[in-house]
Amino acid sequence: MTTNDLLFGAIPYAAVVLAVVVTVVRWRRAAFTVSSLSSQLLESRLLYWGSVPFHWGLSLILVGHLVGLLIPQGLEAWNGAPVRLYVAEATGLALALWAGFGLVVLVYRRLSNARIRAVTTPMDLVVLAIIGVQILSGVWIAVAHRWGSAWGPGVLGAYVRSLFALQPEPGYVAPLPFMVKVHVLAFFVFLAVFPFSRLVHIVTLPLQYLARPWQKVVADRYPPHPSYVTPRRGR
Amino acid sequence: MRVRAQMSMLFHLDKCIGCHTCSVACKNLWTDRKGAEYMWWNNVETRPGTGYPTGWEDQTHYKGGWRRDRNGRLRLTLHSRGGGLAKAFYNPVLPELDDYYDPFTFAYGDLFSSPLSDQQPTARPVSQITGQPMEPASGPNWDDDLSGSDVYAANDPSLDGVDDAVRAQMEEIERVVFNYLPRICNHCLNPSCVAACPSGAIYKRSEDGVVLVNEDACRGWRMCVSGCPYKKVYYNWTTGKSEKCILCFPRLETGQAPACAHSCVGRIRYMGVLLYDADAIEAAASRPDDELLDAQLDTILDPTDPRVEQAARLAGIDDGWLDAARRSPIYRFVKDWGLALPLHPEYRTMAMMFYVPPLSPLMSAVEANLTRLEVPDGAGPFEILDDLDLARLPVDYLANLFSVGDRAPIEHALRTMLAVRTYKREQVPGGAGGNGAGGNGAEPGADGVGPATLAMLESVGLTPERAEEIYRLTTTPTMDDRFVLPPYHRELAIEEVNDPLSAKGSTGFGAITGPRRGS
Ligand code: SF4
Ligand code: SF4
Repeated sequence: MTTNDLLFGAIPYAAVVLAVVVTVVRWRRAAFTVSSLSSQLLESRLLYWGSVPFHWGLSLILVGHLVGLLIPQGLEAWNGAPVRLYVAEATGLALALWAGFGLVVLVYRRLSNARIRAVTTPMDLVVLAIIGVQILSGVWIAVAHRWGSAWGPGVLGAYVRSLFALQPEPGYVAPLPFMVKVHVLAFFVFLAVFPFSRLVHIVTLPLQYLARPWQKVVADRYPPHPSYVTPRRGR
Repeated sequence: MRVRAQMSMLFHLDKCIGCHTCSVACKNLWTDRKGAEYMWWNNVETRPGTGYPTGWEDQTHYKGGWRRDRNGRLRLTLHSRGGGLAKAFYNPVLPELDDYYDPFTFAYGDLFSSPLSDQQPTARPVSQITGQPMEPASGPNWDDDLSGSDVYAANDPSLDGVDDAVRAQMEEIERVVFNYLPRICNHCLNPSCVAACPSGAIYKRSEDGVVLVNEDACRGWRMCVSGCPYKKVYYNWTTGKSEKCILCFPRLETGQAPACAHSCVGRIRYMGVLLYDADAIEAAASRPDDELLDAQLDTILDPTDPRVEQAARLAGIDDGWLDAARRSPIYRFVKDWGLALPLHPEYRTMAMMFYVPPLSPLMSAVEANLTRLEVPDGAGPFEILDDLDLARLPVDYLANLFSVGDRAPIEHALRTMLAVRTYKREQVPGGAGGNGAGGNGAEPGADGVGPATLAMLESVGLTPERAEEIYRLTTTPTMDDRFVLPPYHRELAIEEVNDPLSAKGSTGFGAITGPRRGS
């Protein structure tokens, strides 16, 4: 097995297994530890300038990546006209810079504010570093290996689909530029660290809020009235 | 009609001495932990004042509670559902730590470890968050007894809309007038903390109405902190979970009153069961401002009504609870006597803790137009009833706190208390009631109570028997009179049916690991 096979053939599966298994175990056995660990109570002004660009920028970029990798035909159709390709590329780059700005503010806030330092764990810094590498390598690619939304879906999409098909083709990645490899690998590191860090809060995004009744009444007695909710674990 | 039971507390503000024993009892029991130092699930504020956290009543700033939209529908003031999710990354109206205070302790160790020197060693104040030396600048009761200060009293949001003349009158005497307002979570019928929580981690228990945060389900979105208009949910900065008053449910379940009530030095607190109609909540909370208070009180059901009793049994409320509901001191004060009101009913959360508005301190000296309790010879017997505004805490101010600005319920409560007080004072030989033997000259009856005083009772709808009841429950209640606690029947609780381990975190054994911060 070559290093390339290890990095892009084996590590992806290890990362996904870790992410899924540990997240489920943590959710079930240590639900108390699952939290966004917000520090807004301790510092609010810098958080605004950091958190909003960071979260929105990354979420939108993530959506863009998913579209590109999972439905490449859609992206190719969109990119059919050059203007639209420019728009897609420029938007992606702007979002990345915006998120990067947020990240810098967040790091500065973590290190400069005494109250925030009191709640900072080494894992927080690891997470910020991994995401920092992601943003930097992504911006590098956007500038140095332009039109990623045109060549990405074809090359990387095939690789991702091979992973999903359980017939990994790490060879697809081998000829790509170094920064692209860094970008891909950093994502797998992100996945592996995910369940051990505050990143787990991503999967707790409470979309059910859009539909649940405003009020929640729980019965601790039997027989409960039909309208009462019975408590379940981890909810 | 869907009957549910609510454990409710009542605060007789006339009796609160502002000693903070309640706050300390609560702190020692529940919040003496890392991350919770700044939390006071029970706090006592001096009013008029800005309270804790500073200015919590200013809902244009904090956006707590509910509002009634143009179509008469109930809306969460904080956010729409989608808007709530969109603001998960940054909550624009979250109070900051300094709105509460930076919790501090003292570096006592320095007293022992400082090197030999000519100076006495001192224990410097240090922040409980950073551990760094700090200069304490505010605290949860920083404005204790400082109502006159223009930093605190002048900024009280409940003074908005109080007549300028009345305000001027208050300011004239501002250096002496204040009252205490002890506050805990109101365990509301229409809690906005529950509605604001995106994770659905907060819930109201059906059997006793206690509102709790499921710490295992809380993800630290902290919308409850903003959503609660009373600012009674707190964010634990170290565990990343929200916490709030639990009405000492482990004590209630074992037949003990909550620690704040049990330890209350002024014996101002009462506990009892109220039955309410769950089907009526939404309609009541959506009424226009001027109907809100009545609508809220109407959701409380009469436990002696056979139809209520039948519906209660259908809903699984047993004899023990029904009996407790019938003997409830809260029902007496709130419904039978109209003496107690909820705090800020205009927040539309339907708070279930009730307050008897303070009658004291009445002016005891006659100055200018101010009236005193001892009515001088020849003065009209009930002059004082007509001059309630000259009592030191203006009716308008109390009305802003307890009755959406409506003077009538406050006047009723104050008149009732005054009538009872006058009646009882007159029974004491040489008592200063002023309307009987020593008063305005009318012939007293056998018990020393003059016809004028009896007429006074009647004018507020009181019989002498009822006046005696109010007097007894106000002044000389025993522990059992104050706390009428129902049997909780833990043997019927869910853990008998559910495996406690599999339902851990919601029921049963609870947390068996320490509340450690996640990473
Ligand atoms: S007072 Fe208590 S129950 Fe009511 S909204 Fe606030 S936290 Fe919730
Ligand atoms: S213990 Fe009782 S009297 Fe003392 S401050 Fe608290 S409520 Fe008031």
